[in-house]
Amino acid sequence: MTEVMIEAQELTKYYGGFLAIENINFKVNKGEIVGFLGPNGSGKTTTMRILTGYMPPSTGIARIAGSDVITDSLQARRHIGYLPETVPLYTDMPVSDYLTYMGALRGMERTNIQKRTDEVIELVRLEQYRSTHIGKLSKGYRQRVGLAQAILHEPEVLILDEPTIGIDPIQVVETREVIRDLGREHTILLSSHILAEVSLLCQRVLIIHDGTLVAEDAPENLAKRLKGNERLELEIRGPVEDVTTALREIQGVTNVRRENAEGNHTYVVEMQPGTDIRETVSRTIINREWGLLKLTPVVMSLEEIFLQLTSGDEEI
Amino acid sequence: MGNTLTIAWKETRTYFSSPMGYIIGGVFLALTGYLFAQSVSAPFAEASIRNWIGSATMLFTLWSPVLTMRLLAEEQKLGTLELLMTSPVRDFEIVVGKYLASLVMLLSILALTAFYALLLLLFGDPDIGPLLAGYLGLVLFGAATLAVGVLASSLTSNQIVAAVISFGILLFLTLLEQAADVTPGTPAVLLEQLSLTGHFNDFARGVIDTNNIIYYLSFIFVTLFLAIRNLESKRWR
Repeated sequence: MTEVMIEAQELTKYYGGFLAIENINFKVNKGEIVGFLGPNGSGKTTTMRILTGYMPPSTGIARIAGSDVITDSLQARRHIGYLPETVPLYTDMPVSDYLTYMGALRGMERTNIQKRTDEVIELVRLEQYRSTHIGKLSKGYRQRVGLAQAILHEPEVLILDEPTIGIDPIQVVETREVIRDLGREHTILLSSHILAEVSLLCQRVLIIHDGTLVAEDAPENLAKRLKGNERLELEIRGPVEDVTTALREIQGVTNVRRENAEGNHTYVVEMQPGTDIRETVSRTIINREWGLLKLTPVVMSLEEIFLQLTSGDEEI
Repeated sequence: MGNTLTIAWKETRTYFSSPMGYIIGGVFLALTGYLFAQSVSAPFAEASIRNWIGSATMLFTLWSPVLTMRLLAEEQKLGTLELLMTSPVRDFEIVVGKYLASLVMLLSILALTAFYALLLLLFGDPDIGPLLAGYLGLVLFGAATLAVGVLASSLTSNQIVAAVISFGILLFLTLLEQAADVTPGTPAVLLEQLSLTGHFNDFARGVIDTNNIIYYLSFIFVTLFLAIRNLESKRWR
């Protein structure tokens, strides 16, 4: 029996007359890592702020570990570790003091605070900086402090708003590892606009656009659902016109595009779903004595899926 | 209660660990020191703090806004208010905790001014009763001005704006007493009763009137209540 840790029921939020999110429904079960994907201004942060009890929805219900975030707000908030997008930190406090303070506000026992502060500082690899003032830390390290305060009190639910934004690539990898480790024991909802990240970390993806959920599935299923556009990327040495014509004549090919034109030519061949034309293509090219330099099947990236799902383009 | 004290403790530490706290405290002591020296240097000066505290209250109008401007404005600027408000902490605990920290500062500073009273005891023969009444009045008056500062700080994320707002409110509440002087009849009584300074004069004379104590306590209560409501209303915007 799976336990629902995060529940959004028909959440709608207006800012004055502006509709920020509309009728958002989803559930996150215990132990799941769910990605919340959408462009800027799509309503990710608004939804997360409602879930964390920072602001109430205009209509709808949100529950954390079974507690309503409005009527039973304190109880709901006890289960949450939250990293807001802006990573709010007291810049004039040393890292360990900050964590101690946040621990006390979360109602932790004093001895436990000391123990957990040491643990999380080690977990996010901030050992050298534990007595450094937060204001002196780089963006990446601040992000880690933010993450540390979110997990300090061992909350059952973690809500992370863009946890890897603005930090350098090496730190991104490290931060992802930390999140993946946490996912073993915690229920995590993380927002991102980096799709590769979401597909790496999450078992399930919610895609939000203009305040409404447009898709919800496992990253690989999303890719499958949209497999309409299977493509090959080819690099061929040979006369452009002839090559293009020859490729077009192959059965199953729906479109041929030529990309850059520097010496060797790159072609993108789109084909009908479910056909494999790689052998036919290579044979055709070799028979004509052109040079086949590259043949790569292109799996649609989440970026493209995302664009297709959110562009309102229904032809997929 | 625990959360309130946690917040109060953190803010108190911030006051005492930053240069700002010492500058604010130092300036207050320097100015009150000057006013005290002036009050006892007059010919036939009496060994009392009556004249001194009369002018000391004036300082609170400027001092309290600066002391309190950071408390909630900075949280809004840094965004840490979002973290506070999503922690299992009630909104009133945030406001009261912050207010308590500013009270600690007030009491520490006033404790240091006890040096002036000590001088009076050493070199004069002051009446202890009026002295204590005067200090009670100073604490209540100061506490009321700090509450206004906390309210103003909850209104904006800009510390300067917060200071200007509370300075404006305090000045207005002080000027009410002067307005009362030139107003005839019942409205004068009303203005006098509303003014922040009007209730202080009895304390300065050494009179402890529960009426005045209740005025200051309810003033603080209402002002902090408004600050709490204002904080709550941020959730709805």
